[in-house]
Amino acid sequence: MLDLRPYDSLGAALRDALERWPYETCLIEADRERENCRLTYRQFKEAALPLASFLQAAGFQSGGRAAIIMTNQSKWLISAYAIFYAGGVLVPLDYKLTAPEHLQLLAHSQAEVLVTEYHLWRAMTQAEGFKDLKVKAALVTEAPANADLKGARRWEEANGGQEPEFVPRGRKDWACIVYSSGTGGRPKGCVLTHENYLEQCLALTSLYPFWPGVRYLSILPTNHAIDFMVGFIGPFTCGAAVVHLRTLRPEYVREAFPRFKITYVSLVPLIIKNLEKGLRTRFDELPRFKRLVFDRLVGVNRALTRKQPNLNLSRRLLKQVHEAFGGELRAIFTGGAFTDPATLQFFYDLGLQVSNGYGLTEAGTAVTLNDFKPFRADTVGRPLPGMEVKIVNPDADGIGQVAVRSQTVMSHYLDDPDLTAETVVNGWLMTGDLGRIDGLGHLQLFGRVKNMIVTEEGKNVYPEDIETAFEGLPVKEFCVFAANYIWPERSMLGEKLIIVLRLEEGQKFTEALHRELNDRNRRLLNFKRVSGYVIWPDGFPRTASLKIKRNVLAGEIRKRFDRQTAIKEL
Amino acid sequence: MRTLEQTTDEILGLAATHFKVSPDELSPDDDFFKKLGIDSLQALELLTRLENHFQVELPDYEVQGVTDFRTLAERIQARL
Repeated sequence: MLDLRPYDSLGAALRDALERWPYETCLIEADRERENCRLTYRQFKEAALPLASFLQAAGFQSGGRAAIIMTNQSKWLISAYAIFYAGGVLVPLDYKLTAPEHLQLLAHSQAEVLVTEYHLWRAMTQAEGFKDLKVKAALVTEAPANADLKGARRWEEANGGQEPEFVPRGRKDWACIVYSSGTGGRPKGCVLTHENYLEQCLALTSLYPFWPGVRYLSILPTNHAIDFMVGFIGPFTCGAAVVHLRTLRPEYVREAFPRFKITYVSLVPLIIKNLEKGLRTRFDELPRFKRLVFDRLVGVNRALTRKQPNLNLSRRLLKQVHEAFGGELRAIFTGGAFTDPATLQFFYDLGLQVSNGYGLTEAGTAVTLNDFKPFRADTVGRPLPGMEVKIVNPDADGIGQVAVRSQTVMSHYLDDPDLTAETVVNGWLMTGDLGRIDGLGHLQLFGRVKNMIVTEEGKNVYPEDIETAFEGLPVKEFCVFAANYIWPERSMLGEKLIIVLRLEEGQKFTEALHRELNDRNRRLLNFKRVSGYVIWPDGFPRTASLKIKRNVLAGEIRKRFDRQTAIKEL
Repeated sequence: MRTLEQTTDEILGLAATHFKVSPDELSPDDDFFKKLGIDSLQALELLTRLENHFQVELPDYEVQGVTDFRTLAERIQARL
């Protein structure tokens, strides 16, 4: 791999990587049974430089901001490299957001350039706020031949006609603005520097190295901090390859492992559970004798790998299981949300290492990761090299807020000094998560201090962001909360959103109101929906500027109601 | 060529079979996540079954954010 220490920017590191492994494969893109493309590092460079040239011809300069809104595909990474090459700041946005949300974040980030897919662009052009979109250039991939692009250009034809000039950037310069939330309320654009990414990459690859021939299956959205790091920067600075699938149907994802001989993958807990379910079903279908032999082999593997993993041994003992995953799989990364320890143990017993970690966009990517020395299903691992983790105001059990200090912690929130000051205190990132560090230095998580939830699909949902869906609801006032914020539980389980309603004087909670709540709820993406409601009899405490004092209201509700009786199912 | 109503009915029937519920319990405007109690992966499995049945290919983005049978039927109908 490249020694990243002397590098000042992602652009410079990637540029050298493309020269160092010209004939190695860096990208494979497949759609169902079809393989769309396979590129070497040289071909990647040849695809990216015309784009960098286009950007420069369009007046894009050092420090300019360029957004990418795309599903996981080869053009995502090619575009990102072109932006870095031209000295730009990348704004990776979640393709799963709605068109109005895309437009809102494009405005907030002040992106000058947008690179997106045709169907996403079409949706934006049909959204109300499109007329206010201020980008100098929009590039659209895969547009049909006769499509009206409403002023955008075809990505495939973008070329400035001149050799692009590489624009160097410094370690403290901004590399990316990554939105950790805030589409409905207060946008949280984490400004991450080149140093943040270079240090994160060093830390991660010291534990899980990549090398030429390694193949990473990119499933989590590339705008997500994890996939950006382990599905782009990590493999590319090591000469490895990234595999993109254009469909995430479970059957195609399963097939991808043996088809592309995948080495690493990052998955959200929901998919890991789905894999577990599929494997358990297959094991249950084994004839009785075979099942007995299989269980015995799993037992032997468990006993022999108790102290440390032995991949070669596990692959020999449980050949068929490993072959179903392609025979080359070394680790599955997961984090961000709660993964059942029993699931982690299930995979470990099969010799499949699911490395559970903890991280947040504000801290770069990962803060802790399981190092399998030895395997622990009950923790999110130890801090990565270069990360300091401490527990602030621990209680008698040692549980308190997790704080992180490292060179990977973001510079600040874009245009929000108050939120930055609340979040980064004396160089320590206050994560809002509750944890404890055990005697072996492993971090255990116990819930959250902050008003948010993380779904099994790994989505952060902030209640403030979804309140707009309920605006105009015929009640006196309402407020959305994470149930665990009102009634703190020492668990990452059972996270759900609830809406607290204060009815008008004499108003009853009627069937019509119930229906309206449900109708509005349905307009939200399913992971953002509230699952219950609470009727609150008093006025909401508010600040002088009439903002709801959420923490005070939560405290009052907690004092008066218990969780089980207060929450009514929607 | 099927009508939208026929497509919708067939989708309801296939969903009922796939998730082992009575077809009478499902209606076009139902939120299938809620009604069937399924997660996003199970919804994707249903989609593959529908693709095979209708012999169409639906890119994932076409069904992004779709939660009710009627809209799903419209997306499929557009590709028949």
